[in-house]
Amino acid sequence: MDKVPTLKMGDTLILTIQVELHDKTAIRLQEDILERVYDTKPQGLVIDVSAVGVVDSFLGRMLSDTATMVRTMGVETVLVGIQPEIAITLQEMGLELKGGAFSP
Amino acid sequence: MEKIEEVSINNSEDIILARQIAREMAKELGFGLADQTRITTAVSELSRNIYTFAGTGRVVVKALSESAKKGMEIIAEDRGPGIPDIEMAMQDGYSTNKGLGQGLPGTKRLMDEFEIKSEAGKGATVTIRKWLR
Repeated sequence: MDKVPTLKMGDTLILTIQVELHDKTAIRLQEDILERVYDTKPQGLVIDVSAVGVVDSFLGRMLSDTATMVRTMGVETVLVGIQPEIAITLQEMGLELKGGAFSP
Repeated sequence: MEKIEEVSINNSEDIILARQIAREMAKELGFGLADQTRITTAVSELSRNIYTFAGTGRVVVKALSESAKKGMEIIAEDRGPGIPDIEMAMQDGYSTNKGLGQGLPGTKRLMDEFEIKSEAGKGATVTIRKWLR
């Protein structure tokens, strides 16, 4: 997989998840995000998941963990663009994404 | 018309293949976007369980037609170690891997029907169904 596409806008690091993540790429992505946060020292991290069609318990865990790790590095994460169907599915499954804030 | 597809689960890429096939069939059968996502997520959970606990197995995706009812059935089966305590595995928050412990109970809530069979040392079979409303 290519490095994750990130964009620094002002003090904000923006990252868009554009591919269907399988387990190994998800873990790579997590490491890449942490490195980018360390390198660019943003005020905040925005993860755009509007192209993500499935959030199962594995990806949910990965996103929560990433936000928590990023917070440990002093940066807050905002997840943007969660599709309505994904919000429904997460709620019904009893999955709560923690560690970050949300924005439409 | 009987529609049936099978995916062998051998690596984590196969999880994505299984859910793509499931989503496509759900769409073809006329399920709405929310149900497509429920079904696809359920297939993802079951495929991942196979990959994580048994290493290999298979996922069968079937279109169902019973008199006036139409729907979809997914069978996930493996010959792995089996689930020693099904009752425990069905509890919210119980996890033996890196998940959130919502995999099986969450999957059950997403679907209309859920059956699980397992024998220690002989593997596990999970059958789930969703009906078109």
